[in-house]
Amino acid sequence: MCSKSLVSIEDISKDEILDLLERARYFEQHPNSKILDGKVAATLFFEPSTRTRLSFETAVNRLGGRIIGFSDPGTSSSVKGETLKDTIKMVSNYTDIIIMRHFLEGAARYATEVTDVPIINAGDGANQHPSQTMLDLYSIMKTQGGLENLTITMVGDLKYGRTVHSLLMAMKYFNPRFIFVASKELAMPQEYKDFCRAEGIEYIETEDFSPEVINQSDIIYMTRVQRERFTDPMEYERVKDLYTLHNAMLEGSKPNLRILHPLPRVNEIDRDVDDNPKAYYFDQARNGLFARQAIITRALGINPLEK
Amino acid sequence: MSNEKKELAVAALRRGTVIDHIPSSAVFKAVKILGLEDMPHAVTIGCNLASKKLGSKGIIKVSEHIFDKADLDRIALIAPTAVVNIIEDYNVVEKRPVSVPDTITGIVRCTNPKCITNNEPMATKFDVVAREPEIRIRCRYCNHTYTGSDAKIL
Repeated sequence: MCSKSLVSIEDISKDEILDLLERARYFEQHPNSKILDGKVAATLFFEPSTRTRLSFETAVNRLGGRIIGFSDPGTSSSVKGETLKDTIKMVSNYTDIIIMRHFLEGAARYATEVTDVPIINAGDGANQHPSQTMLDLYSIMKTQGGLENLTITMVGDLKYGRTVHSLLMAMKYFNPRFIFVASKELAMPQEYKDFCRAEGIEYIETEDFSPEVINQSDIIYMTRVQRERFTDPMEYERVKDLYTLHNAMLEGSKPNLRILHPLPRVNEIDRDVDDNPKAYYFDQARNGLFARQAIITRALGINPLEK
Repeated sequence: MSNEKKELAVAALRRGTVIDHIPSSAVFKAVKILGLEDMPHAVTIGCNLASKKLGSKGIIKVSEHIFDKADLDRIALIAPTAVVNIIEDYNVVEKRPVSVPDTITGIVRCTNPKCITNNEPMATKFDVVAREPEIRIRCRYCNHTYTGSDAKIL
């Protein structure tokens, strides 16, 4: 197992998070540093994900590395019944780093146990997606000038949304205050509220996405309410538009407020918000490139800041 | 009266291991985890016996076999109240409670169908994340958590 793997944001310390953010800042200024010359990265996408794969592959390409892999499990030997272990062992013979997405939860953790090549988890089912968390942290740091003492409002699907759970846990080092806005069906699970209590993190829960909530927020993190999460379709119809952000709602908001969303969005942010300078979700996606360049160089033990 | 009957039914051991104060509902799970089906020595299993502490308890006596601590601790998850007595020459030479190890390998099944452990030939691993008020364990792979009493034994 390689200690430079990144499977879950919980595995890395505050210092390592700050180091990754410093690297991301560097890559934003120098996106085309050819520091991966001679390195080969594998992108193994057992579950298709165009956005994440393109972002990782762009990161490798802009750093001068080469890529092998597959984007459709139908073309890999897993359809012949090969175990994940065997696939990882085989690919480990060829590459310096493995970036993988899998539909099964825990696949990336298991992969780290069968190889010494660093593994980057690009999403394992509904479980972890640490590069998303890193780009969220980088976006927050960049727009707020730091990560300390912020009021972060999370809206929408707080029950199943893995991005909000990972962000919540990663923020524990930075004295945040959270406002959880969700219907009862999609409320923040008890274990994360227990986590806040144990870490001394202040939080408020409400079903009301009110001006009062919006006007005290530094960050509003919107998430998509997914129809398939509901057992009762009437309940979905009731709540689906309760948590839609419109431009008019931002009238009294703080000047430093920024709106984040992991994308893709459906109805939860009205198109009329897109032109508001507080809308940050498209820039946020762009930050994913720098965050992933940071993660890849850390995994390979290459530090661009020491040059 | 019932106590007297119990004494008659379950003879004292000369040498061996007695596991007492097992919740009645966990006795047969404990039998399975300890692999007593394949034990060549005399095994006595008692269930639904009167207990001041638990109301109803189970007891397992295995003659001529002294279990390792690590083996006995495997039942702690399902029988946290169990007490182990090691017997030599009819005397209790060691008495101690069982304790759940920090990591539980290959005893519990993760009930998440999308967990990698249910889809690859591999051992399950759970980490103990809380011990009070009830034991909580978390799958090392998919992070689903279970209480000790919900845990499904493989």
